[in-house]
Amino acid sequence: MRFVDEYRRARPVKRLEREIRRAADRLGRKVRFMEICGGHTTAIHRFGIPSLLPDQIELLSGPGCPVCVTPTTYIDRALSLACDASCTLTTFGDLYRVPGSDGALEDASARGADVRVVYSPRDALKFALSDPQKVVTFLAVGFETTAPAVAATVLEASAQGIENFRIMSGHKTMPRALRALVEAPQVALDGFILPGHVSTIIGPEPYGFLPQEFGMACCVSGFEPTDILRSILALTLQVVKREFCVQNEYRRAVRKEGNAVAREQMSRVFEPCDSQWRGLGLIPNSGLDVKSEWRAYSVDPPDPTLPSEKHEDCRCEQLLRGLARPTDCPLFGTVCTPDSAVGPCMVSSEGSCAAFYKYGAGGIES
Amino acid sequence: MSGEIIKLAHGSGGRLSRRLIEGKLLRFFDSPLLAPLADSALLDIDGCQLAFTTDSYVVDPLFFPGGDIGKLAVFGTVNDLAVVGAVPAFISCSLIIEEGFPTEELDRILASMSQASKAADVEVVTGDTKVVPKGKADGLFINTAGVGAMAEWARTLCSTPAPGDAVVVSGSVGDHEAAVLAKREGLNLQSSIQSDCAPLTKVARAVLQNAERVSFMRDVTRGGLATILNEAVADWSLGVVLKEADVPVRAEVRSICELLGLDPLYMASEGRLVAVVDAPSAESVRKAVRKTAIGRRCSVVGTVTERYAGKVAAETPFATRRLLQMLSGEQLPRIC
Repeated sequence: MRFVDEYRRARPVKRLEREIRRAADRLGRKVRFMEICGGHTTAIHRFGIPSLLPDQIELLSGPGCPVCVTPTTYIDRALSLACDASCTLTTFGDLYRVPGSDGALEDASARGADVRVVYSPRDALKFALSDPQKVVTFLAVGFETTAPAVAATVLEASAQGIENFRIMSGHKTMPRALRALVEAPQVALDGFILPGHVSTIIGPEPYGFLPQEFGMACCVSGFEPTDILRSILALTLQVVKREFCVQNEYRRAVRKEGNAVAREQMSRVFEPCDSQWRGLGLIPNSGLDVKSEWRAYSVDPPDPTLPSEKHEDCRCEQLLRGLARPTDCPLFGTVCTPDSAVGPCMVSSEGSCAAFYKYGAGGIES
Repeated sequence: MSGEIIKLAHGSGGRLSRRLIEGKLLRFFDSPLLAPLADSALLDIDGCQLAFTTDSYVVDPLFFPGGDIGKLAVFGTVNDLAVVGAVPAFISCSLIIEEGFPTEELDRILASMSQASKAADVEVVTGDTKVVPKGKADGLFINTAGVGAMAEWARTLCSTPAPGDAVVVSGSVGDHEAAVLAKREGLNLQSSIQSDCAPLTKVARAVLQNAERVSFMRDVTRGGLATILNEAVADWSLGVVLKEADVPVRAEVRSICELLGLDPLYMASEGRLVAVVDAPSAESVRKAVRKTAIGRRCSVVGTVTERYAGKVAAETPFATRRLLQMLSGEQLPRIC
């Protein structure tokens, strides 16, 4: 398969492995790099990347999965909407099993609520068009990757005069969250594997503060094994040379200027707002709210200052800050499994606990 | 929240399905013949060795590239008999039809069942029809049960694997699920993928007749190869290492999986089986299966090992290994 196979061949993987080992020998200490995109977390485990890395390099998983960071208050609000018989809820599949404080959308659906999994917000719009008696609400969750498509759908609903379509924005933006992450008092990180998809929209530039203000090595990465290894090599070399910048190793998808058209659609419909992150708390200006002129197409999300409920033993918060690994959590693999997830990092298939559980990164021998 | 309820994920063929069956069905039906949870129950009626099975079909959409619910209902039950070493002979046909269902579609489905039963050399000998009010069923559900006599070649089946045994897959995996997914509303995928829906009688026979010892054989359905192999190793003190690169997956199936964030190893087939055979027989099994009409891509894909007891590991093309768990819940497309 083109654009896939050439990035999964054994020979380049082995060559990069050797180069990383050579570079790591010059580090003189252990370094910790964080991948912040759930897609990277999954790929890293699926391809067994950690076992290719020398002892000096440790990979940690950050807050990169939009489902992981959606607060319980958002799910609760969605569930309360689902109780209304005239409401059709539409959602991406990942959100379907995310627990609120009293069950998930999956449970509401089993109890008779009209909850439909869609692959695109435009499918939700089609439902609205075909069933005018129902108010079709799309649960708009995601980073800069999904927000433009949602914005375009709102614009289309308006252009077509479809009045029974709504979105509930739980959108979040990435750079602000990264700032909150590195400004926290307790963070032990040397660099970031930056998200590929988000960067196709915003470009590499908005991450500039990470190397400039915080001395973090940074590299935008693709999702194939050679992409990820090349990025790890780039980060290692930045640390070795103490020359920090935002490198782009995903040039086949990420342009310097990002995607201006998508950003323009996004800014027509959305404006920055404070946002509650599961595991990270309230982060100023890190969310996207629907602008007042499009309010007719919006259901108000819950008050962002309301905290997200959590299990007292759950370590997702430390995990999202890179202070713990899934296996450090007392609930991991016992109380908290993909079938009965407690924390957000287990719920999403791209969450770091789910990936650890699924791919045995805690050691397949264990 | 009030009592526990059944969720869609309980029907996915993965861990929750197993929990439903073990926690509920086995609790109420105390039968040593049911307890192994094999594809078919093995019966002895006055010295006559029979296999008996039943399965319900609720596929959406009813018609998909390469098949339809009727064909699936015949071959699915035939396959459950074939993989335990029986020769499928008679099947039943029960229809639960939703009010308003077009008779033209019903005709097409029944014609397809008739054709499928001829192809699989079984006879539909009993049946039932029920019609339920509109909205109480999704068009059409079919249940089929089947019986067959145990074949002479079933004698190579045993339940004791040994380290070094080979894992053999009879063809490319995931075709059925990919074909159904591509047809589902909302995806708008243009693809040429056909379901692999087919009878496995000849393939199963080829495996059993060409191996000294077959310690596991199942058709690869819900939950895919990874889940079925997990079921195999669950009761073993041995594990399995699967060589990912050796598992045959069609290019179109891989594309759909990459696009939707799915793993082909968890995708359902409807005309493939996986068998664990003694290592010296692996090559002759592979050759024999390749001679059957649907076994042309039969491959040896893994080995039984003393490491990873009770687990399935996958080896990537660059020799790293990861754990393959049972499917948890439905495979859902990712969002970013």
